[in-house]
Amino acid sequence: MNKRLQLLLVLTILLIGACAPSMGAPESPATGAAGETESTQTERQTLTVMGHDSVEVSETVVEQFEQRYNVDVQFLKAGDTGTALNQAILSKQNPLADVFYGVDNTFLSRALEERIFEAYPSPMLEVIPDRFELDPQYRALPVDYGDVCLNYDKAYFSELDLEPPQNLDDLTGAEYRGLLAVTNPATSSPGLAFLLATIGYFGEQDYLAYWEELVANDLLVVNDWETAYYGEFSAHGGTRPIVLSYGSSPPAEVYFAEEQPDEPPTGVVHEDGSCFRQIEFVGVLAGTEKPELARAWIDFMLSPAFQEDMPLNMFVFPVNPDASLPDVFEEHLVIPAETAAVAPETIEAQREAWIQAWNETVLQ
Amino acid sequence: MERDRSPIINGQPGGSVGETNRDGRTSILFALWLLPLLFLGLFYFYPLLKITALSFVRAEGSPLASTLSTLSAPRTRAVLWFTTWQAALSTIITLLIGLPGAYLFARHRFRGKQFLRALTSIPFVLPTLVVAAAFNALLGPRGWINLGMMALFDLNQPPVQFTNSIIAILVAHVFYNTTIVLRMVGDFWARLDPHLGDAAVMLGANRWQVLRKITIPLLSPAIAAAALLVFIFDFTSFGVILILGGPKFATLEVEIYYQTIGLFNLPTAATLAMLQLVCTLVLTIVYTRMSARLSRPLKIHSREITQRTPTSRTQKAAVALNVILLVTLLVTPLLGLTMRSFTRFGTAPRGQQVEQGFTLKNYTELNENPQGSLFFVTPAAAIRNSLVYAGATVLLAIMIGLPAAWALAREQGARINRWLDPLLMLPLGTSAVTLGLGFIVALDSPPLNLRASPVLVPIAHTLVAFPFVVRSLTPALRSIQPRLRQAAATLGASPWHVFLTIDLPLIGRALLVAGVFAFTISMGEFGATALVARPEFPTIPVAMYRFLSRPGAINFGQAMALSTILMAVTAGGMLLIERFRVADIGEF
Repeated sequence: MNKRLQLLLVLTILLIGACAPSMGAPESPATGAAGETESTQTERQTLTVMGHDSVEVSETVVEQFEQRYNVDVQFLKAGDTGTALNQAILSKQNPLADVFYGVDNTFLSRALEERIFEAYPSPMLEVIPDRFELDPQYRALPVDYGDVCLNYDKAYFSELDLEPPQNLDDLTGAEYRGLLAVTNPATSSPGLAFLLATIGYFGEQDYLAYWEELVANDLLVVNDWETAYYGEFSAHGGTRPIVLSYGSSPPAEVYFAEEQPDEPPTGVVHEDGSCFRQIEFVGVLAGTEKPELARAWIDFMLSPAFQEDMPLNMFVFPVNPDASLPDVFEEHLVIPAETAAVAPETIEAQREAWIQAWNETVLQ
Repeated sequence: MERDRSPIINGQPGGSVGETNRDGRTSILFALWLLPLLFLGLFYFYPLLKITALSFVRAEGSPLASTLSTLSAPRTRAVLWFTTWQAALSTIITLLIGLPGAYLFARHRFRGKQFLRALTSIPFVLPTLVVAAAFNALLGPRGWINLGMMALFDLNQPPVQFTNSIIAILVAHVFYNTTIVLRMVGDFWARLDPHLGDAAVMLGANRWQVLRKITIPLLSPAIAAAALLVFIFDFTSFGVILILGGPKFATLEVEIYYQTIGLFNLPTAATLAMLQLVCTLVLTIVYTRMSARLSRPLKIHSREITQRTPTSRTQKAAVALNVILLVTLLVTPLLGLTMRSFTRFGTAPRGQQVEQGFTLKNYTELNENPQGSLFFVTPAAAIRNSLVYAGATVLLAIMIGLPAAWALAREQGARINRWLDPLLMLPLGTSAVTLGLGFIVALDSPPLNLRASPVLVPIAHTLVAFPFVVRSLTPALRSIQPRLRQAAATLGASPWHVFLTIDLPLIGRALLVAGVFAFTISMGEFGATALVARPEFPTIPVAMYRFLSRPGAINFGQAMALSTILMAVTAGGMLLIERFRVADIGEF
């Protein structure tokens, strides 16, 4: 009888063996662009770029860089923003990659304090507006930005002939009772950004009083953006017509619709600094063996070729004013005139205290 | 304890050989432990120790003071208390629902049984966000149940508040873990001699007495093993608490995540991770002491004898009731998901979302890459990646789990076993965030620079699967009558030969259970979110999250399509593994 079992084991081993080469050999270059590079005799180098899970880029754009520098670009995805940054910090003695991309202004101070980057004053910074440059020592360079804003379901408000809210103050009104869903700043990155928006809007003295009013107005808090947007938002089958999301969500709703509507089904609450601007940064990881290539990659990321590729892949926007936006954004994107401002150093220093105070006010 | 000791170690056959045999057996024991310990040492204890040490180095002031202040904080006590009671309650409910189901699968033959059994295992692999979506379709504010009740009783507000409640946590835990009870207890039960019960009935015992005096005592090792695993899973619960429980609930694991990622407060996180480990360890020690007393050698029977087709009306009704319960609880949410993957919503002129009827677009468009993204993956490639990781996990988990289980089962009294047994469960009780960072700091230089290697994925999955393999195999191995081995040994069989001809055939079924667990654990990507991934090899869940993290109706539909594919591939894989069981390897 056990012959069958032995046979089974052997078959399994063979099966695994047959499949394994397709993914084993971790040192083999990435597929795709790698094939076309027999032009030079020298060994092709690999540049490793580490980032969070939401990093996306078009294959043709990466190929431009690979061909120009005769290099393979290897990406590493390391979880959400916080997780990826922690992994970069804990591996700084022996870096996992040459470049780290995706730390945002809510985490910037942590990255700088832990000294994971080496300075690189890229010539590309000349064209980039100063308001994006938050590190005067050029260790972290701005790449993209996006606004965290409340979105509303247009159909809900037009059916009731109700004016949608314009700014954060409006939301405490009785007509918006029980309409708002946001996410927890302790577990969600837009949740933290929105808490910061209220701090920037009302000031450190008054933001908790505002949250108390929101709670009294039947606020709903969930832990993650997916649950808020796809579970609670009335535009996607929930019951709450106002939800925490991004300024880029309405154009995304148009772009990812079965038949593209003339206007987005959702709108953005953006007046008077009601949104928080997240800026994402890139830096050369200290200790890299390929600093030249790493710098070249950063220049490339700041050039229009990469900058113009970002909006449709990641729904974030170029910091380089020479990069133009795809049509769907030109038509439907609302970029707030002003956004709530909180300095990165203050965020890192106060994060725990703010979240705890929020916790005590909102959840208890 | 003594009862199960091999007679040979007691110096039974041929007095004078006793001593040399004992030496031989001890060295066999060490040889058996070698591989499992090497694996755990390298990929579990070393990374864990290194990240813990590194965390405490970062403490301001002395590490001890930091630990004490964390442990004495009221917040810690509240979190520990919540973690414990929700896990205990979840485990009890899971057992209450799982045990009748286990009986159903163990003692009855009915049409569609294999299929139903595979279906009940699917929840185990589903990403929490998908499960949340499934429950939302049923119980959410606009779910079928709320809409139905609102129409029926003419209500304005949805009567059932499901998400962000303790009920949601309990239901989700039962949904995820019932399969553990069904498999571990069911398979053990299937081999019990039904005639023991029949004899008792003939002697005048009623059903209740049979259950209490015969069935439960005989089943207790398997029930205890299943309960332990379920409890540890609930105790270390993360996604369910976060997504379905909402912001008002936090387990230790959720708090560890927040301290590590949100605040980068590593000393506090390390203290909490240790607290979670100690709880797991204490529980496992209690379990191992208990299970050594509970298990006894049993006569093993083929299903030909133990299972019957229900004939009487009461039997049929009982089976039907049981099937309905399992289907309602475990299968309907899956159906909702599947249906959702075949629908797509469009926007009407005034902005309302309109359902557009049956469509395959969510599936066909998975093969398109409109942005030409570098990280695009076809569903076929994602399926292949998932299956390769799962296959490697099955192989690896059995390779290191079998010797460990064998060592444990053969020499229960041996000191090395008493020390090592509880340690084997620790990977399950370990925070995935902590261990993920442990890999980063520990496996960072050649030849073990595995930090960003795809090889680390099956290794991480194996750490979770390994305790399942050991716990599935040990009760089966312990229940083998020593006199069978003894007879073989007396007839001159070497220990290896005894294993091949006695143990292995008798545990064939348990081996398949172990394999199914390892397969499902890998398909469900347990703990892998904390790893650094090379985006060339995305699995089905990874491909699914890529869609779910973006706004837009198309993305949600495609995420549901990938979830349905994950369910189908998992069910297919399990049915395939179960097919080997049809050949009844390991039965007389």
